[in-house]
Amino acid sequence: MYRIFQTMLVALVLFTAVPNGLRAEEALRDLVNALGEAKLSDMDEHITALAKTGDPKVVAILEALGEGNLYARKADGEVFLTKESGSSLTLIDPISGESAGEAPKAALSKVKVNNGVRRAVRSALGSLTLLSPDRAARLRAAQSVLQSPNSDALGAIENALAAEKDSEVRALLEQARATTLLISDRPVVEKKEAVRLLKENGGREALSILSSALGSADETLKPDIEAALAAIEQTQALWAAGQNVWYGLSLGSVLLLAAIGLAITFGVMGIINMAHGEMVMLGAYTTFMVQEVVRTSFPGLFDWSLAIALPLAFLVTGGVGLALERGVIRFLYGRPLETLLATWGISLILQQSVRSIFGPTNREVGNPSWMSGAFDLGGLTITWNRLWIILFALAVFAALLFLLKKTPMGLQMRAVTQNRRMASSMGIRTPWVDALTFALGSGIAGMAGVALSQIDNVSPNLGQGYIIDSFMVVVFGGVGNLWGTLVGAFSLGILNKFLEPYAGAVLGKILVLVLIILFIQKRPRGLFALKGRAVEA
Amino acid sequence: MNYRARVTGAFLAAVLSTTAFNGAFAAEDTIKVGILHSLSGTMAISETTLKDAMLMLIDEQNKKGGLLGKKLEAVVVDPASDWPLFAEKARELISVDKVSAVFGCWTSVSRKSVLPVFEELNSILFYPVQYEGEESQRNVFYTGAAPNQQAIPAVDYLMENEEVERWVLAGTDYVYPRTTNKILEAYLISKGVKPEDIMINYTPFGHSDWQTIVSDVKKFGSAGKKTAVVSTINGDANVPFYKELANQGIKAEDIPVVAFSVGEEELAGLDTGPLVGHLAAWNYFQSVDNPANAEFIKTWKAYTKNDKRVTNDPMEAHYIGFNMWLKAVEKAGTTDTDAVLDAMIGVSVPNLSGGYSTMMPNHHITKPVLIGEIQGDGQFETVWETPGLVVGDEWSDYLPDSKDLISDWRAPMSCGNFNVATGKCGGKGS
Repeated sequence: MYRIFQTMLVALVLFTAVPNGLRAEEALRDLVNALGEAKLSDMDEHITALAKTGDPKVVAILEALGEGNLYARKADGEVFLTKESGSSLTLIDPISGESAGEAPKAALSKVKVNNGVRRAVRSALGSLTLLSPDRAARLRAAQSVLQSPNSDALGAIENALAAEKDSEVRALLEQARATTLLISDRPVVEKKEAVRLLKENGGREALSILSSALGSADETLKPDIEAALAAIEQTQALWAAGQNVWYGLSLGSVLLLAAIGLAITFGVMGIINMAHGEMVMLGAYTTFMVQEVVRTSFPGLFDWSLAIALPLAFLVTGGVGLALERGVIRFLYGRPLETLLATWGISLILQQSVRSIFGPTNREVGNPSWMSGAFDLGGLTITWNRLWIILFALAVFAALLFLLKKTPMGLQMRAVTQNRRMASSMGIRTPWVDALTFALGSGIAGMAGVALSQIDNVSPNLGQGYIIDSFMVVVFGGVGNLWGTLVGAFSLGILNKFLEPYAGAVLGKILVLVLIILFIQKRPRGLFALKGRAVEA
Repeated sequence: MNYRARVTGAFLAAVLSTTAFNGAFAAEDTIKVGILHSLSGTMAISETTLKDAMLMLIDEQNKKGGLLGKKLEAVVVDPASDWPLFAEKARELISVDKVSAVFGCWTSVSRKSVLPVFEELNSILFYPVQYEGEESQRNVFYTGAAPNQQAIPAVDYLMENEEVERWVLAGTDYVYPRTTNKILEAYLISKGVKPEDIMINYTPFGHSDWQTIVSDVKKFGSAGKKTAVVSTINGDANVPFYKELANQGIKAEDIPVVAFSVGEEELAGLDTGPLVGHLAAWNYFQSVDNPANAEFIKTWKAYTKNDKRVTNDPMEAHYIGFNMWLKAVEKAGTTDTDAVLDAMIGVSVPNLSGGYSTMMPNHHITKPVLIGEIQGDGQFETVWETPGLVVGDEWSDYLPDSKDLISDWRAPMSCGNFNVATGKCGGKGS
């Protein structure tokens, strides 16, 4: 009570005694300080009041509010913009924009935000920054008025549209105008024009706007909206098929990455390596280690962390593979059952040791900026990380093919696996070729782990999820044939993604397994069977 | 010769009996507490933390002088995420190690597998994880949330504060999501939501390719009505799910996701920047600001010697359960199962969200329900909480075959599934 009285008194004194500019500043400061005490449910009104002042300083204040950087000082209730500096916060005066010293976190209380507040901030900021000289800010503003249409903003949008020169911003603003128009009380003729524009642009947003407008629309407008909805849905269905192919390719590339190392150890050498998944896991943990070092010592290199991790993961897992082959597997050649059991045991040992060293919980592997987000290609949404993984999988495949077919090492590998005794009598050191081939397969699995760390958990269980799929791909594609692995991975990926929308994820997976079993019955050697004498050996 | 042999025999017997007596005496010196959490296999990711939390609680209690003048001794076993092994290990804890109470289990299937063992050998289990309800057993105390202490308040929040009209119920394909979604579906329909505004989707364990489902959610959300996702997706599958959400640009302001299985531990493996504003419903958050919680977090970080370790809801459930058990044993003056079972009901201990939790006659506890939004630092900020405590409701009122059932383990009723319509004990469930 006393506080309110005091504020009123101060306000009274100020109103009578100080010049206009200062008075406006004090009024703004009161509005900002009110945020500190407001309840979440009243925040909407406070934000509208702030936006109504039209003061350019409000933009920075609202941005800070939306990002959760607005704090109230517990001692006197003053609200500040803040910046993180170690364990305390640097205070910035909201009106003057000058630094107001530092304060420990315990002396401040955060101005609470929830989704409702963020939406209100977004819409207020949208209409405030529509005329900003900065193109990026205008683009953001146009997007936000489009996303949260508000019939009060119609005038502001039309003003902005009249002044806008940039074509991209203009297109967004046109859409925003049409959207806002539909919910305003403008005449039906204008609304019809808006529906036509939305129909032309199409897309999911238009669908959403039109179907929500349908309920409250005028009788004469309804047929227009319904026709537009039908037209958009039709094009969306076509794009959905394209989207499924893309998802299939993307799933296929993940399968290819997981399986390609196995295509060498199992496909070429014939070792049933149950620890293959753990090589993938070790590769992912190498990425984690690299990122930890980069984060603490060279934060500027973060976007390069994956490029640094790739060769390291190859070396680490290749080394583990080499040790495995020399230590265990070479004693078990020709005894597939024992190999299976031994490698399965090794996989458990590797899992548990990673669990003991790094702990059982997930580890955070960040996405570099060039692997985050998505872009639109027509009606397709393409996420960057998936696109890079497809390209990476193809690159690894091409490199491996080159290595096997065009280098002396590849020649020796093929010679040894096709006819060991003959190769040996030609002077090839077969035990070393075996070891190197196994190390190569493991190393490639490790590189796959670097890529998979971007889309999956980095936990000790990472490998288990891929081992079955990898064997499936190699067997389906044809043991011993790299091209078979490529075609097998992509066809399984696409098949899976076309089944999923109809059968659901659980049933879809089962159906794929059943189909593979049937296929193997018909063609026991897979899609691309090896032919010739080498097979019989 | 004969005589000598007899003397030696008697002497030996005497020696043996004294050692046996000594052994028994040594065992009497400590009270044993069993910890039944997976330390290897798929569930180790969640359960190892709970084992550490229990060890810390026991350690702290011993520093305060133990219980009934004796030290507490933890017996840790590893059921290795293998459901039948849970039953075997439980039997080993009770009959070989003679523990007085067991704290353990995470998945519902592991709990179901140990139930007959606890019933047969008459021991006590504290179960700390939110679960689907539809169960109340004499030997089990449920310190995690029942559906009405988590799922239903979360849906209410979305309906009132976010004005959600269209619902995606997404879950992993097993008993907890299936039952919870059944309850939620019945609840939503009772609130006037049309069946075509509810989309239910199940995925296998460890699902990692979320592209199709996330794009389906986007499509479902573009029907002009405010849409939200209620996620009962379990464990490891969450990380790729949230990554896909972030990459496909689904913002919390447009389509919020409220999760029942995502806590501070799960977020530790994620960059939460793009996820700010997505929600979780729990009975405790690490960010809850009160002295008891601050003390608990400090002890936890010191015990694990790791400044980055986070606390979560099931840990709090063990904290409550353990303190309740201490109080009940003190009240009963013995660790005898039947006496403790009787003493447990009505016991009230402070929880970490700033109030008291009480053990009810249905073996569930009272808790506040908090809704939190994910923050950029991997913590939650409470944006809403129930005005008072919510009593765990074991038999859901929204399912036709359980709405007439109640549970009351006090004499003379002593029944976990009393049917108020027929007036008889017995019906669905245990």
